[in-house]
Amino acid sequence: MSTKNTFIIILFLLSSSFACKQIEPSGPEEENILNGPIEELTSAERILHLKGDAAFAQSFNSETGLGPLFVATSCQSCHSSDGKGHPFTTLIRFGQWDSTGNHYIDKGAPQLQNRAIPGYLPEELPTGISYTKLIAPAVTGLGYIDAVSDADILNLADPNDANGDGISGVVNWISIPNYVIPRTDAIQNTNGKYIGRFGKKSAAYDLLMQTSLAYNQDMGIVSANEAIDTYTKLESEPEINLQTLFETVFYLRTLKVPPVRNADEKEVVEGKQLFMNAGCASCHKQELKTGNSSIEALSNKSFFPYTDMLLHDMGNGLDDGYTEGSAKTYEWRTPALWGLGLTPKSQGGNYFLMHDGRAKSIQEAILLHGGEATKSISNFSNLNDADRLKLLKFLENL
Amino acid sequence: MKNIYLILISNLFLFPSAFSQNDSSLFKQIPIDTSSKMNLNVDAIYNRPFLNFGKSPVTLGGYFETNFQHISNNGITEGLQFQARRLTLFVASSIRNRIKFLCELEFEDGTKEISLEFAALDVEFNPLLNLRAGIILNPIGAFNQNHDGPKWEFIDRPISATQLLPATWSNAGFGLYGKKYSGKWAFSYELYLSNGFDDKIISNESNRTDLSASKKNTARFEESSNGEPLYTGKISIKNKKYAELGFSYMGGVYNKFEIDGLAIDKKRGVHVFAIDFNSTLPKLNTYLVGEWAWVFVDVPKTYTQQYGRQQQGGFLDIVQAIIKRKIFGFDNAVINIACRLEYVDWNVGNFNETGGNIAENIVSISPAISFRTSLQTVFRLNFKRSLQTDLFGNPPSLLGGFQFGLSSYF
Ligand code: HEC
Ligand code: HEC
Repeated sequence: MSTKNTFIIILFLLSSSFACKQIEPSGPEEENILNGPIEELTSAERILHLKGDAAFAQSFNSETGLGPLFVATSCQSCHSSDGKGHPFTTLIRFGQWDSTGNHYIDKGAPQLQNRAIPGYLPEELPTGISYTKLIAPAVTGLGYIDAVSDADILNLADPNDANGDGISGVVNWISIPNYVIPRTDAIQNTNGKYIGRFGKKSAAYDLLMQTSLAYNQDMGIVSANEAIDTYTKLESEPEINLQTLFETVFYLRTLKVPPVRNADEKEVVEGKQLFMNAGCASCHKQELKTGNSSIEALSNKSFFPYTDMLLHDMGNGLDDGYTEGSAKTYEWRTPALWGLGLTPKSQGGNYFLMHDGRAKSIQEAILLHGGEATKSISNFSNLNDADRLKLLKFLENL
Repeated sequence: MKNIYLILISNLFLFPSAFSQNDSSLFKQIPIDTSSKMNLNVDAIYNRPFLNFGKSPVTLGGYFETNFQHISNNGITEGLQFQARRLTLFVASSIRNRIKFLCELEFEDGTKEISLEFAALDVEFNPLLNLRAGIILNPIGAFNQNHDGPKWEFIDRPISATQLLPATWSNAGFGLYGKKYSGKWAFSYELYLSNGFDDKIISNESNRTDLSASKKNTARFEESSNGEPLYTGKISIKNKKYAELGFSYMGGVYNKFEIDGLAIDKKRGVHVFAIDFNSTLPKLNTYLVGEWAWVFVDVPKTYTQQYGRQQQGGFLDIVQAIIKRKIFGFDNAVINIACRLEYVDWNVGNFNETGGNIAENIVSISPAISFRTSLQTVFRLNFKRSLQTDLFGNPPSLLGGFQFGLSSYF
């Protein structure tokens, strides 16, 4: 072989190797993904975020503590890519219909563990009982929601509809477990209850409570915080340590806000105006602000979740006959609408909206509103086709 | 187990050192047998280049592979990685006429994983009736038995072979095999009983039905997880002019259904079917090799569909020699272009909740260029693009990049 040929071969091999580096596939556009940390974190906070990310992704099996009764095997399998979940992991709760508490604790309530590791039998729903199904919400931007002050939430509430707009948001007054440390500016009612803010009925006080319960109720993973095993109903050896729990919580607190897309596009701008005019924003409040936070990046920031964090009467259609805390069975917390258009990227290309995923499109979700939202929905229904599409387009770009 | 290592290590290291002072002409290289086109996959275990010392009945061999790669997954790359993937040593010995022993010891990723992949005694009663006993490679598909790096144009092992079947899969067991020729035709069969899978295949870190999870159970070389044998059987047929075609089955009970005589679950089965083939197209001289497998697992209904009841997948390698001549002074050097196409679906089925398809799959394409200085040594440049989709069918993650490496028998 001639020197020339040798040279050509070497050049070819080298260049193809390095060219390949250039043509390596790039990831999805930043604006199309939900997951990722808040940008302004310090490096120590990023390290903690990454640890929490790993914990959130960890899948459990019978050797690492899964079950014996469970609903899913990891946080991620329900909150896929930190987005909304798939009906495959929808969970069921039952046994409580008013503020007197849950009457079916001995029958496995509040949460039905509908799966079991081999050799065990899962729980079954007592016959004739009313129950609710809950599809996993997105967990993005929760650090901001967590950092809103109790006073701000209470200010938004209008239990007696003093302003006469037909909308009367209320908070859910809940008891907190002993491992939860109340916020420094926490507000209690006369019965010593606190304001809940996470979960579809706002029945969890903070992310630690939500996470501790999730490990225990959703996966059968016992921690020092939630030490009662859902199968034996006895206090058990922790299967996850508090450190990991805190890391998971830190991860949730530091997930970025879902990115908006095409915010300046004419139709989107017009659609947003129509959304405001229709009165959607009376509940899906565009802007909130955080108070002081131990995470600098979260302190005193404005953000745009499109929720008032309050419970509303949503009418009979959405009344499942189950509740938590002081909420009524027909009351639901206004869900944040941020990231709404990215929902199909975590729900397998489909929309499964509202608390149980029954709505297969954004429009269907809107039309399912009842109760306090009736007037606003008829405003929406009265829009002409073009305007309705603009409003929907605005929502799809959130 | 310890003893086996001791014997092995003394074999591996004492022999060469004993001879290392000697004239190297004492070592005789026994090359891969390509003279007979009648070799079947069943022969792969013995059809390897070996080094013979003088009159010793013991032959030594092995192969080594190393590479570097730059691969990104969804835009995130681990940068340039250098990998010493595998060092495998074989020791074979003809104890007596028609009684042979071979063992294969593999070091993966440095010394991270050390495994005795094969160590068996073969006794030939008749070409149609051989007994094999020891640690055997279950003949499911063809790759599991024919997995030596230098035989392939690709640095990575096929996804279906490692993450479905799960190569290299060996077990303590006994079995029979045999071969028959007739004119242009060759036929072989293999039939083994061995230890096998355990509960890990539906309870593991990969969070999906994963036969390879049972490889973590190294106790399978001394005890069965449940006292039930794993049956593996294969028949192959080859026409000298056209192709070799293999049909194989592997199956048994995988779960621990009883503890201390008390039933704790019903017996649950795992069943694997595979078809493999290889062929060199006439005229074009294009070499094709591939296999496809179906896996069926009895997963309890009250468990989770995260763990699929059915899986399938396979690969096809297309290899075309484009230059065959003396290159860089290597007499029979060959330059090939090649391409591997792969697909695996780890969870075939539909969600109970929605009736929608459960995705959990991967498609992959790997174009390649290889330079063989001989049959024994290959330099490989592989490109890779694969799309992996999660359970729900969300937008797939895109993996891509290149690998360059070499693999050689020694
Ligand atoms: C079986 C599915 C499932 C699993 C597993 C699961 N979640 Fe959830 N998650 C849900 C559902 C459903 C809700 C709504 C619950 C409610 O309304 O009380 C929820 C709510 C949440 C919320 C509150 C979100 C909000 O907007 O109020 C957080 C935070 C959360 N989960 C975190 C986690 C973490 C951390 C894990 C793992 C330890 C986890 N989840 C595991 C289904 C799941
Ligand atoms: C009275 C308060 C209220 C008003 C007014 C209201 N919503 Fe809602 N909205 C809610 C609540 C509460 C839910 C959750 C109901 C459930 O989960 O069952 C919801 C759910 C939704 C959802 C589904 C979100 C998801 O993640 O599943 C969409 C989309 C939505 N609203 C859009 C609108 C639009 C558009 C309007 C105006 C036409 C509007 N809403 C008016 C309270 C309101």
